[in-house]
Amino acid sequence: MNNSQFNTRRSILYVDGVTVDFDGFKALNGLSFIAVPNTIQAIVGPNGAGKTTFMDVVTGRTRPTQGRVIFKESIDLSRYDETAIVGLGIARKFQRPSIFPEHDVLKNLELAVFKRKDILNSFFFRKKNLNNKLLGDVANKIGLGSVINEKAGSLSHGQKQWLEIGMLLAQECEVLMLDEPVAGMTDEETKKTSSLLRDISKERTLIVIEHDIDFVDSLKCPVTVLNEGSVLAVGSMKELKKNKSVIDVYLGR
Amino acid sequence: MNKFAKLLVIIFMFLNINNDSFAQNIDELLAALPSAKFSEKEVLVSKLGDLKTETSIKVLKSLEKGTLYFLRSSKKVIYADKTEEGYILTDILTSEIIGKVKKKKIKRISLNNKLRKFTRTIIAKSSLLSQKPHIRIHSAKVIFGSRSVELLPIINEALKKETNDKVKKQIEMTQARLWLLTEDKKLQEQSLDYFSNNTDPKVQSVINEFIQNLDTEKNDSNLLMYNKAISVVKKIESDIKFFKLIENLFFGLSLGSILFLASVGLAITFGVMGVINLAHGEMIMIGAYTTYVTQLAFPNLIEYSLMISLPFAFIVAGLVGIIIERGVIRYLYGRPLETLLATFGISLILQQLVRSIFSPINRPVITPNWMSGMFEIHPALSLSYGRLYIIIFSITVFVALLAILSKTHVGIQIRAVMQNRSMARAMGIKTGWIDSMTFGLGSGIAGIAGVALSQITNVGPNLGQNYIIDCFMVVVFGGVGNLWGTLTGAFLIGIGNKFLEPFSGAVLAKIITLIFVILFIQKRPRGMFALKGRASEINQ
Amino acid sequence: MMRSNFLSNLLKGDLRAKIFIYLLIFAGVIVPLLNLYTPEDNFLHLTDYHVALFGKYLTYGLLALSLDLIWGYCGILSLGHGAFFALGGYCMGMHLMREIGVRGVYGDPILPDFMVFLNWSELPLAWYGFDHLGYALFMVIFVPAFLAFVFGWFAFKSRVTGVYFSIITQAMTFALMLAFFQNDLGFGGNNGLTDFKDIMGFSLQDTTTKIFLFCSSVVALGLGFIVSNKFIKSHAGIVTTAVRDQEDRVRFLGYRVEYYKLSAFVVSAALAGVAGALYVPQVGIINPGEFAPLKSIEVVVWVALGGRGTLYGAIIGGILVNLAKSFFTVNFPEIWLFFLGGLFVLVTIFLPRGVIGLFADLIKYFKSKKLKTNE
Repeated sequence: MNNSQFNTRRSILYVDGVTVDFDGFKALNGLSFIAVPNTIQAIVGPNGAGKTTFMDVVTGRTRPTQGRVIFKESIDLSRYDETAIVGLGIARKFQRPSIFPEHDVLKNLELAVFKRKDILNSFFFRKKNLNNKLLGDVANKIGLGSVINEKAGSLSHGQKQWLEIGMLLAQECEVLMLDEPVAGMTDEETKKTSSLLRDISKERTLIVIEHDIDFVDSLKCPVTVLNEGSVLAVGSMKELKKNKSVIDVYLGR
Repeated sequence: MNKFAKLLVIIFMFLNINNDSFAQNIDELLAALPSAKFSEKEVLVSKLGDLKTETSIKVLKSLEKGTLYFLRSSKKVIYADKTEEGYILTDILTSEIIGKVKKKKIKRISLNNKLRKFTRTIIAKSSLLSQKPHIRIHSAKVIFGSRSVELLPIINEALKKETNDKVKKQIEMTQARLWLLTEDKKLQEQSLDYFSNNTDPKVQSVINEFIQNLDTEKNDSNLLMYNKAISVVKKIESDIKFFKLIENLFFGLSLGSILFLASVGLAITFGVMGVINLAHGEMIMIGAYTTYVTQLAFPNLIEYSLMISLPFAFIVAGLVGIIIERGVIRYLYGRPLETLLATFGISLILQQLVRSIFSPINRPVITPNWMSGMFEIHPALSLSYGRLYIIIFSITVFVALLAILSKTHVGIQIRAVMQNRSMARAMGIKTGWIDSMTFGLGSGIAGIAGVALSQITNVGPNLGQNYIIDCFMVVVFGGVGNLWGTLTGAFLIGIGNKFLEPFSGAVLAKIITLIFVILFIQKRPRGMFALKGRASEINQ
Repeated sequence: MMRSNFLSNLLKGDLRAKIFIYLLIFAGVIVPLLNLYTPEDNFLHLTDYHVALFGKYLTYGLLALSLDLIWGYCGILSLGHGAFFALGGYCMGMHLMREIGVRGVYGDPILPDFMVFLNWSELPLAWYGFDHLGYALFMVIFVPAFLAFVFGWFAFKSRVTGVYFSIITQAMTFALMLAFFQNDLGFGGNNGLTDFKDIMGFSLQDTTTKIFLFCSSVVALGLGFIVSNKFIKSHAGIVTTAVRDQEDRVRFLGYRVEYYKLSAFVVSAALAGVAGALYVPQVGIINPGEFAPLKSIEVVVWVALGGRGTLYGAIIGGILVNLAKSFFTVNFPEIWLFFLGGLFVLVTIFLPRGVIGLFADLIKYFKSKKLKTNE
């Protein structure tokens, strides 16, 4: 059938009927999802809806029991492991900010900017070959230009989140998967993050998992609601707020 | 005793020759022996045979062997054993050594060939009809190995009278063996039939010999017999193989039980606290030394010493465990590698402590009688009671642990902490207290394992060290935090090891097992029964 | 000065590393001088025994360095590093055995004594080529590195980490110990390899040979230090420490984490092998006891005491603990295990960053106090 062929057209990421089975527990159940280039897609849902597992499947950490994940309309991601998928152009931010606390901000970004990541290259690598312009751009974009030489461990929680987003930017991937990017941020920081992400989405595709409904609203993007491993509803936040089943399982009255 | 009296006795005996109720006192018979003629001796021998007592049988055997003598001076009949310095005399009735004499002081009670053969028959008959079953069995066994076809009638007779099943079986076997030695084709066939139904490794050589004899005079008539014998041998061989398998399985199970006992405590602490306790082996050692001390403290209760030691070992090792947890480990939570090092340091200290208190030499721990001895299931399969009890014991411990963890309040809390520590804490479970309890429980069980191990291995300062690596292998193989995993892991490793041993030798078997587990962990880094999905990530 | 420039170039302004190298060079010069040019009754005089003893400490220092490279910088705790040390030692021991030649008790030109004793008629295949020093030196590096490669390949590919990795390395060295205890394996069984006569034609008993071996240990330790330092300061080293702190982040930055771990593990094993090879001629024996799990864990406490994650700290730890060991096992043998055990417990609880960390903290403390009083 050509139906699926049609569906993958113009998509950068196409998740096709994916099921993940952990010894009888279905973390994902026939989930399908499409992302179009240079947009933001938000994913919300109650705890245990399968949001993180969805991310694991796309980034190669968990193999789907059934279904497939197609990148750029032709690449079947199930044949690649995590590192290779990053190489293809999908970057990921974790739920908890994971940065390298012992190194300064610059080193953190350098690690991401570095292009040829095999060991011999990095052993004989010289600093002057680094893309310094990109480094500076990224550091300014995430607002850490002034603390570039400080230890990453000493940054505030929000700054750590931004640093990790910055590392994703420095990787120059086409798709960024962000798991709860504003968790633990102040309102001020959340606002900044929102505009940062919208800015990024001009040239990259963002998939954002978030619990903060106001933040998701501020992204002004299509939202997918997951429940028990499959898609419950898709639409703008405005539409979803009127959707009865979404209210029941997630938003509440 | 004068000649007249002696004559009287002999006459009297002749009168009662076939009457058991008139069986005479052994004293009188012995008194008559020294001066009896061969014909008289025959009567005396059969009379002695009729007594069927241990002493009378012993006298007959001695007579047959030629160690029955009498003192030239007093005509007293005695046993005499020839040594370089003369003859050592033993009293027949009291079995006491009377003294040592020169050759000329005594005279042997001699037999001729005919009489010797007759004596042998009487011995067989007498012991086969003895009151005591063990004498009857022994006798049947001796005849089995003796090739004395002439005893067949006596065997037949004994079989008719026999009521004890165990003895009957032995006599039947002897009968069948003797049938094989006769020229009677029918009996031989009967014998083969019997052996094909009652396989015994001892029969193998007997039938092989029979086959060889047939081989030399092969003809059409005995071809059938020949094939039959071959099939019996084959059957015996396959039976032996089968029982060897069972035996290996049993050894494997017993090794598995030991591994289980030794490692289950480690599995619990590892599962609940994510802590590798390298001093676990020393908890086992403490249990073993507790057994030793208990036996010293209650020298009169050796038979019960293991039962007494069990609670002591549990308490002592458990307390030491709790002290270690409170004193060291709780400062190191979230740093598993550091815990590993600190507990290793503790293990060194405990080892040296034991060395300083009890000396570095192995301590002797006594095995109670009920733990020793063999339990015969089949002629080709005997199992030792010690191993059997350890298997039963380890399964008891397993069931008890399952019950503790699923039924008791503390157990349910322990499992809650095992599955999700922060959630458990949020529910109001005092995780610190649970950690201590868990560590105490794990160490206490190691102490109990030490009691069991004291029965099968040397109790010394290195006892724990010798087992710790095996324990780790079991725990990582079985999967963390799962009692069933530990049990399966222990039994699989134990059985695997024992099945490898005949081919590779003990050391290589152990090396192969280690390599296997190392490779296995590559395939399934969280063991056989690992939790999957989210739960496993939380516990990492 | 040429060399000093070269060194500063290599160490790039790392003051402590520079101090360490200079101290090492100083030791490499002073020990032979004190041995050769002081009168025997002078209290500064070092006997031949002392030269070999210090040489042994240096090889332990190199072993500690090798462990620190992967534990301190890569977060991988190997409880089987003694195995790589022992393998390097065995390779060197085999060469020294072959050099004995006809001077053995049985005078066989090819077979070592223990083989004649076991009635073997031919040299086992594994022994071929060890009569050439070059080949032996190659094997000293190759055998441990190869084992580490195979072992690490499987382990890191399947992401065996943390205590699991530690335990299987322990199992590895235990299995090797059992194997080497076997006579059939062809490496001397229980007794191991011993009764060496000379190396490169020089008697092992000669003072000059001992000094040569000592100086070789100094050079090996220095080179090992510089190479390791170079590695951890390179981008590859930064990636490696990043792996230690946030393995997943590194993986999702697109680095093949397992290859970085594997490289560090292999380099570390090779260094341990070199240490073992220098240890054997100075001590005069290698036996399966070197594979004992206890020995490997002991190395860990050297590193922990000195200061994990600082190369010179690990080396200092290795030397300190062994000095203490020499002292205790001679004077108070019963106390040694209490001491060692206590060291494990105290260091992990109170000195997580080792002696070096303690010094750093003390210096910081006094500096801040000074600042305060100045205000």
